Amino acid sequence: MMADLLPEHPDFLWRNPEPKSSYDAVIVGGGGHGLATAYFLAKNHGMTNIAVLEKGWLAGGNMARNTTIIRSNYLWDESAAIYEHALKLWEILPEELEYDFLFSQRGVMNLAHTLGDVRESMRRVGANKLNGVDAEWLDPQQVKELCPILNISDNIRYPVMGATYQPRAGIAKHDHVAWAFARKCDELGVDIIQNCEVTGFIKDGNRVTGVKTNQGTINTEKVGLCAAGHSSVLAEMAGFRLPIQSHPLQALVSELHEPVHPTVVMSNHVHVYVSQAHKGELVMGAGVDSYNGYGQRGSFHVIEHQMAAAVELFPIFARAHVLRTWGGIVDTTLDASPIVGTTPVDNMFVNCGWGTGGFKGTPAAGLTFAHTIATGTPHHLNKPFALERFETGALIDEHGAAAVAH
Amino acid sequence: MLLISCPNCGSRDETEFHYGGQAHVAYPENPNELNDREWAEFLFYRDNTKGAFAERWLHSTGCRQWFNMLRDTVTYEIQAVYPMGTPRPDKAAPAPAASESGTASTAPDSTTTGSAGPSIAATSIATSTAPPSTTAPEGATK
Repeated sequence: MMADLLPEHPDFLWRNPEPKSSYDAVIVGGGGHGLATAYFLAKNHGMTNIAVLEKGWLAGGNMARNTTIIRSNYLWDESAAIYEHALKLWEILPEELEYDFLFSQRGVMNLAHTLGDVRESMRRVGANKLNGVDAEWLDPQQVKELCPILNISDNIRYPVMGATYQPRAGIAKHDHVAWAFARKCDELGVDIIQNCEVTGFIKDGNRVTGVKTNQGTINTEKVGLCAAGHSSVLAEMAGFRLPIQSHPLQALVSELHEPVHPTVVMSNHVHVYVSQAHKGELVMGAGVDSYNGYGQRGSFHVIEHQMAAAVELFPIFARAHVLRTWGGIVDTTLDASPIVGTTPVDNMFVNCGWGTGGFKGTPAAGLTFAHTIATGTPHHLNKPFALERFETGALIDEHGAAAVAH
Repeated sequence: MLLISCPNCGSRDETEFHYGGQAHVAYPENPNELNDREWAEFLFYRDNTKGAFAERWLHSTGCRQWFNMLRDTVTYEIQAVYPMGTPRPDKAAPAPAASESGTASTAPDSTTTGSAGPSIAATSIATSTAPPSTTAPEGATK
């Protein structure tokens, strides 16, 4: 399961074409969500005269910066439905995309450290089961059996009182996911245009008709925004606001180790989540920095806090060296749920607000957003996540199940 | 980590503070007259500026007072620290009030509980975008 060899790359991944003067649809953002959206637009809706614009290099934003965890154990029906659909897609995508990205279903534990945690976790296990999501409650002994290096003694500051466990959850090799989508997009005729920064939008009345970029103006029938971190910057260019705040979120990896950590362990309460990458690095994340930021770096005290928690939970980490740290910029909403759907601008659609959990949602975000762009109407899975919910009050409060404070 | 210059206590580590989001967002003057759209604007919509951003901070483990800060959200440079209730120092920049809903009051900071800052003018650690000589707010607070 661990220390697998990385898959060989196919000979050919994608072209680097010049942008054409017009497309049927333009996707802004060449990360996982943008590429998945383009893939499903082409595959499910036959829209192949489309472009994905990426201001930097392909999948170099949050797609390259996340901790690669995939799970679907969310509390509310709306979230469970979309994340579980994503998980089912993850299970078939390596074959469909003909490119292995090492989706490793090694399970995810979400630890409980207080009586409140225990009650909330058990409630979530019940809610998951009702929604057809695999979930179990583990006592501390069962936790120890699944992850022997975890410290379950009761004399630490926040003892492990149990955990929820989703066996089908796991991790994937995130870069390979992006490359797999990009390769198939290219095969289907999608133009992937890197180093292409959007600088404005052209509108006819309230309808978007084109995109201004540093590589010239591109006319288009439809625009889909998939630029996590910068969605509100793009929205402002297009003349509307989003209820989004952008925050730095940091992660770090250790040097390589032999396989020691057989599953994924997350703790909302002490705020650390750990898995061991295929190659052997311990991959860790924490919560977001409290303040707004676009700088792709965060505060050192956040790392200090997460390391303290990690060493208490996993005493053998005490002598592991940090290899590198980095930050991504996450789009957060007040209910910790994404925004996917139409915007106040006609023919412009937005997919944002995935906060700290966008990677796991990639396939379902792409599939449902492609449906919305192609048909102009919501997909039944993304309908609850429309922008209008902030007016109607039908919020989907996933702060508990988001597992990362934001 | 940010080194934040509290107007009362001086420079302290970021860990002593709590972030309070966008500054100068007024509680609606006539709440009964707001429609759902305007309530949504007040409750959930905040500016998410890339660049100089006026925001509120609470010195929670120090003087426990709120104050405003102008900070660049890309470089994280702190450009000014100024008392609640005083205008944003760089008046030349686009005013956040422009996007507030029609019935909202423009009275500054009516939602905040912090007392007025001390009588110091803005502690301006300003860059060229916010020259201190022209931007120091007057001491008037609500």
